Amino acid sequence: MPAIFMSGVTKRFGTVLANDHIDFSLEQGEIHALLGENGAGKTTLMRILYGLYHPDEGEILVDGKLVHIPSPKEAIAAGIGMVAQHFTLVPSLTVAENVVLGYTRGLGFDPVSAQRNVAEAATRFGIETNPSALVRHLSVGERQRVEILKALFRNARILIMDEPTSVLVPQEVDVLFCTLERLRQAGLSVIFISHKLNEVMSVCDRITVLRQGRVVGTVDKTASSQVELACMMVGRETFGVIRQGEPPEGKVLLKLDHLSAIDKKGLPALKQISLDIHAGEILGIAGVSGNGQAELARVLAGTLKPTGGRIMVEDQNLTGADPTHFLAAGVGRIPEERQEGIIGELSVAENLVLERLDDFTHNGLMDRNRIRQHGEQLIVEYQIKAQPTDRMRTLSGGNVQKVVLARALSNKPHVIVASQPTRGLDIGATEYVRSKLLEQRDQGVAVLLISEDLDEILALADRIAVIYEGCIVDVIPTRGATMEQLGLMMSGAWEVPHGTSQN
Amino acid sequence: MAHLRIERRTAPLWVRPLIPIIAVVITFTLTASLVVLAKANPLEAYYYFLIAPLSNRVSAIEVLVKSTPLILTGAAVTFAFSSGYWNIGAEGQLYAGAVAAAWLGTILGGVPAPIAISIMVAGGFLAGMLWALPPALLKIKLAVDEVVTTLLLNTVILFIVSFLLNGPWRDPVSGWPQSPQIADSAIFPKLLPQARLHSGFILGLIIIIGLWFILSRTSLGLKMRATGLGMEAARFAGVNVGRTVLTAALISGGIAGVAGVGEVAGIHFHLIDAISPGYGYTGIIIAMLGGLNPFGVGLAAVFIGLLSTGGQTVSRALGVPAYLGDVVQAALLLVTLAAFSLQNYRIRWVTGESRSSPKISTGVYKKSDSD
Repeated sequence: MPAIFMSGVTKRFGTVLANDHIDFSLEQGEIHALLGENGAGKTTLMRILYGLYHPDEGEILVDGKLVHIPSPKEAIAAGIGMVAQHFTLVPSLTVAENVVLGYTRGLGFDPVSAQRNVAEAATRFGIETNPSALVRHLSVGERQRVEILKALFRNARILIMDEPTSVLVPQEVDVLFCTLERLRQAGLSVIFISHKLNEVMSVCDRITVLRQGRVVGTVDKTASSQVELACMMVGRETFGVIRQGEPPEGKVLLKLDHLSAIDKKGLPALKQISLDIHAGEILGIAGVSGNGQAELARVLAGTLKPTGGRIMVEDQNLTGADPTHFLAAGVGRIPEERQEGIIGELSVAENLVLERLDDFTHNGLMDRNRIRQHGEQLIVEYQIKAQPTDRMRTLSGGNVQKVVLARALSNKPHVIVASQPTRGLDIGATEYVRSKLLEQRDQGVAVLLISEDLDEILALADRIAVIYEGCIVDVIPTRGATMEQLGLMMSGAWEVPHGTSQN
Repeated sequence: MAHLRIERRTAPLWVRPLIPIIAVVITFTLTASLVVLAKANPLEAYYYFLIAPLSNRVSAIEVLVKSTPLILTGAAVTFAFSSGYWNIGAEGQLYAGAVAAAWLGTILGGVPAPIAISIMVAGGFLAGMLWALPPALLKIKLAVDEVVTTLLLNTVILFIVSFLLNGPWRDPVSGWPQSPQIADSAIFPKLLPQARLHSGFILGLIIIIGLWFILSRTSLGLKMRATGLGMEAARFAGVNVGRTVLTAALISGGIAGVAGVGEVAGIHFHLIDAISPGYGYTGIIIAMLGGLNPFGVGLAAVFIGLLSTGGQTVSRALGVPAYLGDVVQAALLLVTLAAFSLQNYRIRWVTGESRSSPKISTGVYKKSDSD
């Protein structure tokens, strides 16, 4: 009898079908991976199991009994524990206090017995932790162990781990895997959400692959391979706009030389990245989200200062320069999050001139006529459905992205850095944005396309650089690249052959 | 199952101008029980509060007198808040301006009035700017929270004023803790005979118009609004956010300083400890009440001026404590702020099965964080 049996689980968010009749079963004492790209529906499915979302259809059986899980309280009562990507610990409390938090009876709290109980539980489950330490003094890996202990302390027999390795350094990953293996031997069942093939293959017994909200299949580790999993994870049909012909070898317009940067938590996000982007080509950066793409885009927009290396645009050194300098050097930027680039409470026309306000100013006064005309002109040229005076926040996602695009391209850039340019757009807007990027390429602009959508990369890019954990795994020409190869490279399962790691 | 559900929505355009009116009605309803406790008839009290002060010339002019410093501090706060700089220090910057005016006023004897008054205004502006400078620099260089620093500096300058008035500036004639009288040429001209209304009121109106002009017609204004409404996006688009915030903070401090000049040169003619009964803080209420719109701010200042005049009228006429006026003002701020945020929600009566949409409590689905 499976520990968990989910059948026909369906969940819609508005028009998005996040889970489409998903069947999933978890055996007693197994580590079962949920594998899939971003947006495949892994986290949604697990949030349903943990009572955070309510399914539109389908049923859930725990130990063969039909259960209704309206909130995490019922999930915990059914023996299900979840360790989320973002921890839910109180930094200023001790480990013991965090573990028993919300699990005490009555109004009294006895710190001594709490500490004793937690220490005893930690020993029983073989989890190394100091119950009296303050959580804010712990490393990320240690905090994760506290989260696991918290779930086990609540008598969890089924543990959901949501991308547990994404926050860990390699040594901590090893410790985590040992812990999971020990728990499995003690009879616990674990659901391991991941998009990293090597980890899945090393720690899991079975793997269920999700793609676009559907189950592609469930396989035994012993009967499968990383190649097969990569295909299952990414393989699908392509559509729409496709680049034509190979570009002539243009001169290098954007050159990244051993570029490094750190993320918000202070961890290395980019590790000595070197790339050349030529005039008239699109270089695609492929990779699973969170491998340094966001930081790369921000470094090239001028909003994040690199910690090392050089950024050269034509002959200008823009390392550590401000957005103004990037704009002046002819770099057009399309940010990953649209609200990163536009201001919802300002008008369309105001947003369109924000990057080059000086061109529309005389002696400190705005030339309001020209600002309006400029807005009207771009609205026609880029088929934006809006009036120049409309507040930006009243526009649809596709129209907002057209404004962002219009603003970047109206500066006549030589280099374009586009980050997830079609994320969340409908098909029409997506094709429009893609055709504009190709148009720029054909006019001799060097385009860096950062995208988590492999279809997009394959359709637009002339060459593909795969990024994994802040490093460029390899740069390959799109012609001849296969989904399988890219899938392996993106999930860290690719051994770089000697001598081919440069362009 | 039928139940009530709270949903987010975008407020229709016509809602916004109605909010201050709705807030006044709710506030008066809420505070009615206090009026009853003070043994007065609420309707009568609100008549004395709102109508009576406007019904005769003397008290109508007094409303404008009371609103003069409020227009200035309201404009000062609006300037900073529009740029996302939370200047809570208008009170202290007002005192800095008042100190400068008290000093300049005594040394400008014999200088022709137009020149003397210009120097007074410029000096007060500069003093307010200087007092606003350290928190602004700490903010843009070291990201120190300006709410804390500007607020704390208010106390600092109050003690400096106390020191001046009890030490070097103590009035040699009376021995009171007040600075010597300023020169006649430094006194703001009266606008009407036999009334306290002085030219600081005109200055306030000019500054309101200037504020509107800067915010809506200059590139500095667009940069300020962009910074205030979306700092990250402004930075992305190449706006020098630090410089913009610094400029806004300094102008804000300067305008608050001018408010202090007006009180010294228009009302008291010397510096006293209690030159401001919290005009700087009331400026925050006014800025929010006016929805950070310059003309709204002007109206809100006159309205608060009316309320404080009305508070006195009501206490004289009905024998209720004058503090009732303060209670109404404070309640009005809270209600207005609540109304401004609640306009983005609506309550709906839902019938039938509704499990399909996620509840607000479980978070809104975002594509980016759900794999």
